[in-house]
Amino acid sequence: MSHGFLAFAIVAAQYLLLLAMACSIIRMVRGPRAQDRVLALDALYVNAMLLLLSIGIRTGSELYVEAGLIIALLGFAGTLAFSKFLLRGEVIE
Amino acid sequence: MNHLDALPPWAAVLVGALVLLGAGFAFIGSLGLLRLKDFYKRVHAPTLGTTFGAFFMLAGSIACFSVVHGRPIFYEILIGIFLTLTTPITLMLLVRAALYRDRVESWQESPPTKSE
Repeated sequence: MSHGFLAFAIVAAQYLLLLAMACSIIRMVRGPRAQDRVLALDALYVNAMLLLLSIGIRTGSELYVEAGLIIALLGFAGTLAFSKFLLRGEVIE
Repeated sequence: MNHLDALPPWAAVLVGALVLLGAGFAFIGSLGLLRLKDFYKRVHAPTLGTTFGAFFMLAGSIACFSVVHGRPIFYEILIGIFLTLTTPITLMLLVRAALYRDRVESWQESPPTKSE
């Protein structure tokens, strides 16, 4: 009973996160200005990291947590570089 | 699903509820990103996923691995610390860049400048 609920909850969570990533991608394609697209990319990174964590819980492998940490790091660096580019037109001054 | 069957029933219910809550918060945040009208309103929405969504999902992961391995495992909390530190920095820089661009191009939806 409780293990059936756990299996259902993990699959439902993965579908919810896929829908969240789809929402971010739609906003990234549609976004009227550049800052909307950068914001949608940041949300996409976070949703992908959460999806990797749920896959890690499902398979029982702890390597997915380290992959999630790397995704968080690269998302931070990418969003920061995009913001600097939008602010000045160049990344490193 | 061999390792998940090894969980006791209370841990299975706890992990399932935490994972479902985290994914629900992340989904609501992304739905807000899609549905809200203005950039300055949209910038609030995904933070629901980076705070509550990540918190519940990391708590579920910590609970699952700690119960399965029989000893406390806490290194998932590194992701939580990192997200808590970096999200305000990136979003403040992004909003500042957006404000600068809106004022330079005098976009209609930009908030008014500081009143004298």
